[in-house]
Parts: sequence; structure tokens; C-alpha cells
Amino acid sequence: MIELKVNGVTQKFDGDPDMPLLWYLRDVLQLTGTKFGCAMGLCGACTIHVNGVAERSCLKPIKLAAGKTITTIEGLSEHGDHPLQVAWKAANVPQCGYCQSGQIMQAASLLKLHPKPSDEQIDSSMDGNICRCGTYQRIRIAIKSAAGVKA
Amino acid sequence: MSRIELVSRRGFLENAFGVGAFVLGASIPPLKALAKSAATSNIAPDTKPIADAAWHPGIFIGVETDGTVRIIAHRSEMGTGIRTTLPMIVADEMEADWSKVKVQQGLGDKAYGSQDTDGSESITDFYETMRKAGATARLMLVRAAAAKWGVPSSECSAQNHFVLHTAGKKIGYGELAALAGQQPLPHPDEVILKRPSEFRYIGKGVPIVDLNDLVTGHGVFGMDITVPGMVYASIERPPVLGGTVRSLDDSAAKKTAGVSGVYTIPTFKAPHAFKPLGGVAVIADNTWTAIKARKALKIDWDNGPHAIFDSETNKKQMIETSQKPQKVARKVGNVEAEFAKPGGKVIECQYYTPLLAHVPMEPPVATAHYKDGKVEVWTCTQNPQEVQNSVAAFVGVKPEDVTCHVTLLGGGFGRKSKPDYASEAAYLSKQTGKPVKVVWSREDDIHFDYFHTTSAMYFKAKLDDTGKPAAWLQRSVFPTISTLGDPNAEYGRGELDMGFTDVPFRLPNQQVENGPAKAHVRIGWLRSVANVYHAFGVQSFVDELAYAAGRDPIDYTLELLGPDRMIDFESEHTEYENYGKPLKQFPLDTGRLRGVIKAVRTKSNYDQRKATLAKGHALGFAAHRSFLTYVAVITEVEVDPKGKLTIHRMDLAVDCGQVIHPDRVMAQFEGAAVFGVSIAVHGEITASDGRIKQSNFDTYKVARMTDSPRITNVYLVPNGATATGVGEPGVPPVAPSIINAIFAATGKRVRELPVSKAKLA
Repeated sequence: MIELKVNGVTQKFDGDPDMPLLWYLRDVLQLTGTKFGCAMGLCGACTIHVNGVAERSCLKPIKLAAGKTITTIEGLSEHGDHPLQVAWKAANVPQCGYCQSGQIMQAASLLKLHPKPSDEQIDSSMDGNICRCGTYQRIRIAIKSAAGVKA
Repeated sequence: MSRIELVSRRGFLENAFGVGAFVLGASIPPLKALAKSAATSNIAPDTKPIADAAWHPGIFIGVETDGTVRIIAHRSEMGTGIRTTLPMIVADEMEADWSKVKVQQGLGDKAYGSQDTDGSESITDFYETMRKAGATARLMLVRAAAAKWGVPSSECSAQNHFVLHTAGKKIGYGELAALAGQQPLPHPDEVILKRPSEFRYIGKGVPIVDLNDLVTGHGVFGMDITVPGMVYASIERPPVLGGTVRSLDDSAAKKTAGVSGVYTIPTFKAPHAFKPLGGVAVIADNTWTAIKARKALKIDWDNGPHAIFDSETNKKQMIETSQKPQKVARKVGNVEAEFAKPGGKVIECQYYTPLLAHVPMEPPVATAHYKDGKVEVWTCTQNPQEVQNSVAAFVGVKPEDVTCHVTLLGGGFGRKSKPDYASEAAYLSKQTGKPVKVVWSREDDIHFDYFHTTSAMYFKAKLDDTGKPAAWLQRSVFPTISTLGDPNAEYGRGELDMGFTDVPFRLPNQQVENGPAKAHVRIGWLRSVANVYHAFGVQSFVDELAYAAGRDPIDYTLELLGPDRMIDFESEHTEYENYGKPLKQFPLDTGRLRGVIKAVRTKSNYDQRKATLAKGHALGFAAHRSFLTYVAVITEVEVDPKGKLTIHRMDLAVDCGQVIHPDRVMAQFEGAAVFGVSIAVHGEITASDGRIKQSNFDTYKVARMTDSPRITNVYLVPNGATATGVGEPGVPPVAPSIINAIFAATGKRVRELPVSKAKLA
């Protein structure tokens, strides 16, 4: 039996311990905000926080999440009002929106580490998250706005 | 042309509106049908009777008794904002308070008219009708209030969800709903549209209706559908187009805990159209188990005739074809005679572009439930009616027995117009008796795409003493989209009219040709379709000629455009599809192309920057009309001494006629800049032995934050013309602007995409 905490709630799982966290969150817990994009850690659509740090849930077997604290986009803020979510809306970032959960989770982890990120820090943190609609410019604007640094 | 009717209880609307709601349906003028008839006859479009013009209740508006206004979005949302913008137009004319508007996604139903969200035409086709529908609702609400108060309706007016009387009375839309539904339908002449100065939302925009859901993880995409009792499928498809299962050992897969069955899906009978490819499906109780167990399948494939497909060999053949005389698609003057004359400077260029994959961030996915001869489908589709038709044909029911729920699309780009994945789900549901969700892996998505085609283009020009082309020959060779319906098709049709027959220059002698090519994979359409390769070829070639003539590329392009005019294809006897729209209404206006070129030149400060850029930096330019919209791009690149390319800045000027939702229009062009970088720098699908070699984002790269333009500026050039497409037209000029900038920076001419294969140092 694997025990882990997801968005503040303790969960128990006795299925396939090799199941990636991504599919556990999506298929078992019905937390579908975390998206499937590549299953190889190449696109960032499945980004979640494990003990507060961004990770790709597609690469993490659930057995390695035992005892960990998981946060998904649904748990990032109680009312959808994390500063990044507010900034994201102000800049009208999303187009199709599919990658945006992962983008926001990655950016939230960045801001924890670097509350006032430089351009280079934004680039190196966000380069693993693909947006096929091409919202990168607005993502950068929203991160800077949330962090209160000059665009 | 549009017709508006009161709707009481149409079957497919029963659950959409509450009791007592006032519901209006509006028809959609079938512009496509008109354009087609106009092209084949001399009769003015609106006087010719057209069967297709029968009443299609395409738009539904309902006013609930609590004041909620419901507007049905019948087109698919894949990131353009159309699900917001079309209802916003209705709401504006209706004088509805946007905060009280709820947008509801329409099911697939031919009663809506075309729902095929494709070809950058939703706004062009529906703007007028949306307005008339909204204005009709407004008038009926005003008349309802006037009747209630016993005053002339001329003394009443609508304002932000209320009707006001000159004497100061005021009543809300909700209170008027029942009475409005009893008003006779106004004559179309009585319906007065707002003046532009009265617009509340049009030309200004509102946040997209899904914005909050999308930043909190609550948007529902095809990938997010769960149906009670659902099982999950992962499918091993024939690695080569048309391949079949010779033998199957599924014993290991079946033994996997959580697997409930293994089913073979028959390989399509030609033509492949939108049919499933066939293969072997593993059914399991979650996605992961299905994926894992699928790997345990042992399949011996009969690969069939397409196993000969090899990209390198194919490329050589296409290039050879492009260097020989081919079928003429447009002829001005006499190029042969001009080339035969002595003198002048002859320039020949050969270009090549590879196959591309769409790779929307959400791979194809569909959930279906077959029960008692009826099918319910939930999927991310650009074309729910095609889902109905394809699924019906594949599982043997009638299209009207297929219900298609349209989810949000995690990107589409043309891939999700083709519902092979929905048919897979329906078939497996019929086999298993349960609702089935088919999830494509990224590898499935890349291996089994409807690829953007590969192309070889040959150009030859002779420059006269002034540096202008006295003769201009252009040839394009590509496997055609027509192979969807006819696997043996070798010549293009619609593709040529996307940036090739419609080269807008005034040339004394010009010839456009198309040579044959065979398709060995499924060919489909990708955002801006054939304009991708044709704009690359044409705009690269113009740039090459400009340098050969010792001219600035923008000056040279403006000169080639000649005097402002509407290109007269008819007098040339050139057939030109014009994106399915009448040329009379949507001409190819070289003045508008000149307009965006001048705008981007001025706004980006081109001339000054060109003279003062840092070492290794340079500007490249390209301009192109597609989907009736005019776009010019200037790109600043840097190539360092090691050959590393950086795209610093991209400026795009756009003339798409009237702008309905400026922010979403800007977003489309910001996105097109990035999409164009993927095409120019990274995209390449290749095959050997008929199998696609790339499989995920490591081998099929797309633009990330750091290789996208650091700054993208979009300038909307004001124009009162009818609103035209914005989803696609930004893409075509981007790649050539990058290629031309690379040349300006390095003197190296990239004639084959992607740039990542070229050595720039």
C-alpha cells in the first residue's frame, strides 16, 4: 500500500507501483488538470510539485512518491488566485490552454526558488515546457508581472 | 441572405434552454456554396438558386427567465478564441451584459450548417449572421417591453440587458423572455444593426470564456473525459500505411493484470480517408495498464506496398520531377520565348521542404459508447459532423444515430479535422460493449499523423538590365491531400491556389507548373496548408533575386508588386479558388499587400535598424496573402561565429479587414511566429522502409521559449473590409523571413528546411 498526500488529502493506493504519478492523478483520482503530453519528460504538460518542487509526473512511478506531498494545479491555490494565476489571466496567456497547467506549476516552482527571477532564470526554468500555440511571450510577461519584476 | 426564426422545441435543443426561454435560431449564408456557384457560372451568386442555401439554424440564442442569456458556440475551440468571439458578437448586437452570458458548446449536428472549424473562416462566414441574430433578439425584447408598457416601441431602447423607456421605466431581459418569445418575428428590413460607435464588445474584446478554467486545471479536453463504466484502449497500429496483421501473439498482453481484452481493428480499405489505420487494441482498466500491456503484444506485420517509402529516394525523385516541364496552372506572356532570347541574367533555385507533423499538445483522443445501434462520442474534434459521418460508416449506423460532444481541443492545427481516432473508440466500444477511451501516445501521434506534405520547388528567372524579372518560371511538386479520397492522385489542386498560382507580382512572362508525386503516408492539412512551402519558395526566391539585382528586398518586392490593383485571374483564364470565397467580394488586392509591407517597414524601424545592427545580426523580410488576409514580417536574427541561430525579434503587420477581437487576433499572430519557427528551424519527418523515424519531442523538435523570438510585435493595419482569417495566415511568411535574415547575416542561403540541418558557420 502506497500512501501519499495529494493537495492536502492523504491517499492510499494498492495498484501497480510502477504506474506513473501522471496516470494515477488522472485516471484514479480524476485530477485531470495535470496533462499528458509526451510521457518522456520532454514537454512539461504533466508538471506537478513534489514536496514543493516542480517535477514531471509522467516520469515518476507512484512508488517513488510514497510519503511525499503532491500539489497539482487544482491544489495550487484555494480560489484560483495564486499570483501567477492572476497574472496569467491579466495577460490573457492561454490559447488552447492544454499546456498551461504545466506552465503555471513550473513557474510557481521557479518563483519559490527565485522570487525575482532574471531573464536567464526564466528561460532555463521554462524551456522544458512546450506550448504549441506559442504563448511564450505572454508566459514571460505573466511571470514577471507576478514576481513584480520589470518586463 | 441570412434568415432568422423563432425556435420552440427543436429536438437537439431540448436540454439546452429552460422552460419559458425565448429562443432564436439564425441561418448562415452558405458563402462556400455561393463561391462555388459563382466560379462555375456567370449568374450573380445571390440570384442563383442553390440547394445548400436551405435554412440552417446555425446560431441559437436563448434568454432565460432569470436573465441568463445562453448562446450556443457551434464551432470548435482549439485556442483561437472562437468559442468566445462568436457569442460576443451576438451579445453585442443584443445589448446583452456579457457577465450574464453563458456559452454552451453545440453538439455535432448538421442543423447548425458547417461546423468544420477549419480554413480560418469562422469570423468571415458568421460575423454578419451573428450580428443580425443578436439585433433581431434585441428588437423583439424592445417590442416585448413596449407591449408590456403599452407604449410605442420607438420610445423604447435596449441597453446592457435592460429595455428603457423614454419616460424612465426600465425592465430586465429576464422578465421579458416569455413575452419576447410571443412577438412576431421582425421583417429583416426592420432589424437595424448597431453603428460601430455603439459597439460594446466588437473591436474591443472580452476575456475568453474558458480563461479561469484553463489556469486552474478545470478546462475539459478530450483527454479529460470520463464516462461511468469506461475502459481504456491503447492501439498498436500498422507501422506502414495499409499494413495488416499477419500473425498476433497476445498471450503476454492478456495476462497483464487489469487487461480485459485484446481486439484487432481491421485495416482500412482504400481510400484511407478518415478511417482508422487498423491494428491491435489492448483494453484495460486504466491508461497506464493499456500502454504497458500493449508493449507485450507480438505482432508480425504484412507491410504492403508502401514499405518501399524512403524519404531520401523520394526527395531525389521529387527534385528531378521539379526540374522538368510539367502541367501548367497559370501562364502570363511566354516564358519559353523570353528564356530563349539572348542576354539577361538567369537565376535558378531549387527548394525543398520535408514532411511535418502537427503535434498538438493534446494527442488525438476519443471516448465512445456504442449501445443499441446508437453511438455517443466525446472528443476533441474540429469537425463533429465528420465524426458523425465517419463513425457511422465505420460501425454501421446512421450519422444521426451518432451524438458527438465537442470538448475543448488541446490544439488542432488541422489534425483534429480527421476523426480516425473517434472511429477507433466507437469500434472498440461495439466490440467490448463498454464505453471505451482511446488515448494516442505521442509516438502514435507522430507515427500516424496526417502529415503536412513534403515539397520540391524549382524556380527560374531571367533578370533584365534593370534587375527585374523578364521571365519567371515556378514549379511545385508535392504528394497531394487529394490522396485522402484517391490514393493514386499525383497532382495538386487546391494546394496550388495557396501561395503559388496567386503570386501577386506584375510579371510580363510568368508560368506556374505542377508536377506529379506519389503519397506513401497519409497527407493532411496543417495550419496554413500549402502556403507553408509555397511562401517559403516564393519569398526565398524573391529575396535571392533582390540580392542578385543589388536591391533591398523590401524595395524590390514593392517594385515587383507594380501598381495597386485587384489581380484579374479571369481575364488570364486562370482558375483560382480564392479560399472558397468570391473574388469579387474578397479580391487579391496588391494595394493591401503593399499596405502591410509599408506598415511593418515603418513600425519596425527597418531602414534605420538595417543600417545600425550589431555584428552577426541581420533583418529578413517576407510578405504573403493567405486565407484572404495580408501579412508582412520582418525578423531579426543573430548567427554567432559558431553558427548558432538566435531569433531576437519578429515584427508582423496584418491586414485582416475589420478586427473583431484585437487581443485574440494579436495572440494568433504571436503564436504564428512561434509555429513558423518550428517549421523553419526544427520540423522534419522522415521515413525509411515505409516507417516514420521520429517518435517524440526529442527527435521531432518544436520551438521552445528560448528558440522563439525574444520579442514579437504585431501591428494590426486598420481596414474596414470584411473580417478575414487570422488562425492560419500568420504562419506562411515567418519561415522565409527567418531564412532571408540568415542570408543577410551570413551570406548562406538555406534552400532546404529545416535550418537545423544546415551549417551556418
